[in-house]
Amino acid sequence: MSELFAAHGLRKAYPGVIANDDVSFSIDTGEIHALLGENGAGKSTLVKMIYGLVKPDAGTMTLLNAPYAPPEPRAARGSGVAMVFQHFSLFDALTVAENVSLGMENPPAASKLAQRITDVSEDYGLPLDPHRTVGDLSAGERQRVEIIRCLLQDPRLLIMDEPTSVLTPQEVEILFATLEKLRAEGTSILYISHKLEEIRALCDRATILRLGKVVGHANPREKSAAELAEMMVGTALHRPERELSPPGEVALEVANLTLQPANPFGTALRDVSLSLRKGEVLGIGGVAGNGQDELLAALSGEALCAADEVKLHGQPIGRLAPPARRKLGLLSAPEERLGHAAAPDMSLTENALLSANLRKHLSRRGFINWGAARRYAEEVIEAFDVRTPGPHVAARALSGGNLQKFVIGREIEQAPEVLVVNQPTWGVDASAAAAIRQAILDLAAEGCAVVAISQDLDELMEISSRFAALNGGRLSEPVPVDDSLTMERIGLMMGGAHDMEVAHNHPSQVPA
Amino acid sequence: MIRLEKRAQPSKVWTYATPLLAVVLTMLAGGLLFAALGKDPVLAIRTIFYEPLFGQHASFYLPQLLVKAAPLVLIAIGLSLGFRAGIWNIGAEGQYIIGALCGAGVGLAFYPTESVLIFPLMVIAGGLGGWAWAMIPAILKTRFGTNEILVSLMLVYVAEKLLIGMSLGLMKNPEGFGFPGSRNLAHYPSATSWIDQSLGLHWGVAAALIAVIAAYILLTRHMLGFNIRLAGQAPRAARFSGVNPNRLVVFCLGTSGALAGLAGLFEVAGPTGSVTDSFNVGYGFTAIIVAFLGRLHPVGILLAALLMSLTYIGGGIAQSQSELQLPAAAIQLFQGMLLFFLLATDLLTNYRLRLTRGATA
Repeated sequence: MSELFAAHGLRKAYPGVIANDDVSFSIDTGEIHALLGENGAGKSTLVKMIYGLVKPDAGTMTLLNAPYAPPEPRAARGSGVAMVFQHFSLFDALTVAENVSLGMENPPAASKLAQRITDVSEDYGLPLDPHRTVGDLSAGERQRVEIIRCLLQDPRLLIMDEPTSVLTPQEVEILFATLEKLRAEGTSILYISHKLEEIRALCDRATILRLGKVVGHANPREKSAAELAEMMVGTALHRPERELSPPGEVALEVANLTLQPANPFGTALRDVSLSLRKGEVLGIGGVAGNGQDELLAALSGEALCAADEVKLHGQPIGRLAPPARRKLGLLSAPEERLGHAAAPDMSLTENALLSANLRKHLSRRGFINWGAARRYAEEVIEAFDVRTPGPHVAARALSGGNLQKFVIGREIEQAPEVLVVNQPTWGVDASAAAAIRQAILDLAAEGCAVVAISQDLDELMEISSRFAALNGGRLSEPVPVDDSLTMERIGLMMGGAHDMEVAHNHPSQVPA
Repeated sequence: MIRLEKRAQPSKVWTYATPLLAVVLTMLAGGLLFAALGKDPVLAIRTIFYEPLFGQHASFYLPQLLVKAAPLVLIAIGLSLGFRAGIWNIGAEGQYIIGALCGAGVGLAFYPTESVLIFPLMVIAGGLGGWAWAMIPAILKTRFGTNEILVSLMLVYVAEKLLIGMSLGLMKNPEGFGFPGSRNLAHYPSATSWIDQSLGLHWGVAAALIAVIAAYILLTRHMLGFNIRLAGQAPRAARFSGVNPNRLVVFCLGTSGALAGLAGLFEVAGPTGSVTDSFNVGYGFTAIIVAFLGRLHPVGILLAALLMSLTYIGGGIAQSQSELQLPAAAIQLFQGMLLFFLLATDLLTNYRLRLTRGATA
């Protein structure tokens, strides 16, 4: 195979941190190349340099043996480099075709473009109706819009950043089939992920980054997941241990909860019921946008419902606001770190005060004890190994993994009786994720009841004692997590692959 | 080429340096403006900024500085609380008028009785009047989701009509020979807000200082202030934390209304003395500029209000002085420049300028 792309000694420094240092690697034509590394290892900076978003301080790149230095993404796309981001940049109110056309340099006429979208989606087995409104699509379908937008440019190199984090197992299979087809046609793919099993199944070669430097290359098929993780982290990875304690009395009860969403593209909760005992971890899976945010809001108190639709220790709390629920021991950690769980421009001390004021007595008669707040922030930083110069730093200055450790730790250190977390390890590196999961399991072992909402099924299998799936705002009957719970069965609980067939009309949003 | 690069954290240095930079830039651009008008720019700038403070008539101008700055501080402090929380009270001018009418009404009702209780009653009435006027947009917003910017602004014009009606009707001085306007409260010992007129001291000056201190404590030490800042910076995080947005709207509009009402009462019972159809001179609107010029920070607002009243007094001198005779429009333009440069340089707090060589395609 011939070499398509090579990087030689790339270096990029930001004030106070060297994101990439002397990074060299190469990608062959028709190869799926994995880029592995913890959060903060420099993966994002590296792909941003390849995609022309960031200029390297030193080092060179070549594409097809010619010098390659894209000053901006448009130039990168012109050279045949395309990228699918982890966060989609789509307009909810526009159709698939309109969204695709917005991302193109010279979009063809609308009817022609729709035909091309249909052609490409059929060629690559990515079912997608160009006339549907993006706001109605599942996360997996939205990703297809992004992928098809890239494929319409006939890329030589396709960069994919954590593509499977939002997909059902069935949708992952569809994606992998597409990627393998692209590989067979000679397209190279740079695949970023922290899911090691995936990389072992899909990728031909892997480049491993740690602290901005290449620490090794490997053939992922010849290495075990544990070996890869060790290369990535530098030390043996600690697997969470589950200490099963007999479940205690019922702590949290939700009965026939029906709730309209706060925003027009949200999902209504329909007749959700669950009961959770002390010491239990209830894992709630489901593809993004099926009611996860709304369920968290209903439990945290951000959205109010009828009083006895939510009960804590038998006490109706449906009408109580978040502070009153916290007082009773029900704590929560939302998915979105910046702007929801934490205020981006406020310091960690202020963010500690944000949710821990009542339980940690950080104020008296409304007057804030800043010393106590700072000490609590320091306690969380210490206990959860948050890497930051100190509690005075603004939340937005922390890396995703570190901030996640902080916002989860902030709730756990308050000794909750019921903890609700949404996507506790989303976008977090392997070692931080393991630490967070261990902390959740330890909490459960101490008798706390935990609701863990996540799209990472491996994570849910690792920490949950029971599993249920959200699909279109309905919660399936929770089932025990044991050997009978196969990926196949989970996929069906989650509603299977969304729209396996190319849709020709607008199907109703709510499955019957 | 100049490029903007977002800072990881807002710059502490530039937060304080930008207002100074804005003042310097305003002096430069204002100087050019005055030069283009054929006036001596150095003399003009000197007249505006130096004359009131250190000139030969400074002892006359300095008390005026306090008198002009006090209502600006009171109103701007109240507004800044709402602005921090993303609640936009644009109608302080109306609340100022209603506060003055309510307070003056109490005073006039007791005339000519003398009692130490009259002035405190007037203060309460003034605050309540401004508060009630601000409750109209607050209730409409929380109940029906109306826009508080529009409602509060519209109510300014309603308040102005009421003012005219009162000065020509109910509150008209019965011994005023038919001229519009009420009795002069400044000459009614039990009702005047003057402490010492020759020093420019009245109770509004004292209240302004108290407001600065109270707002500083509220914002830096109290949960309510923390919630105000949180709601302004990250509304979703505020909801997660448990802040009730409606209560915040009521508190912020109510407080700013009450402070504006107090400012109106102190003004009508002292510096202006009587309720007339030309009682309001735009303090409620200028206070918006003062609030932003002071970075929505209590101490900043105090300094900004002093600076603003300096440009008023200095501008007044520059207009009347025979050598200069600057047109009033030029002075207003000069004050406008100040806000413009402040907002423009504000960018430096969150972004740094980077010079990059050559143009990228």
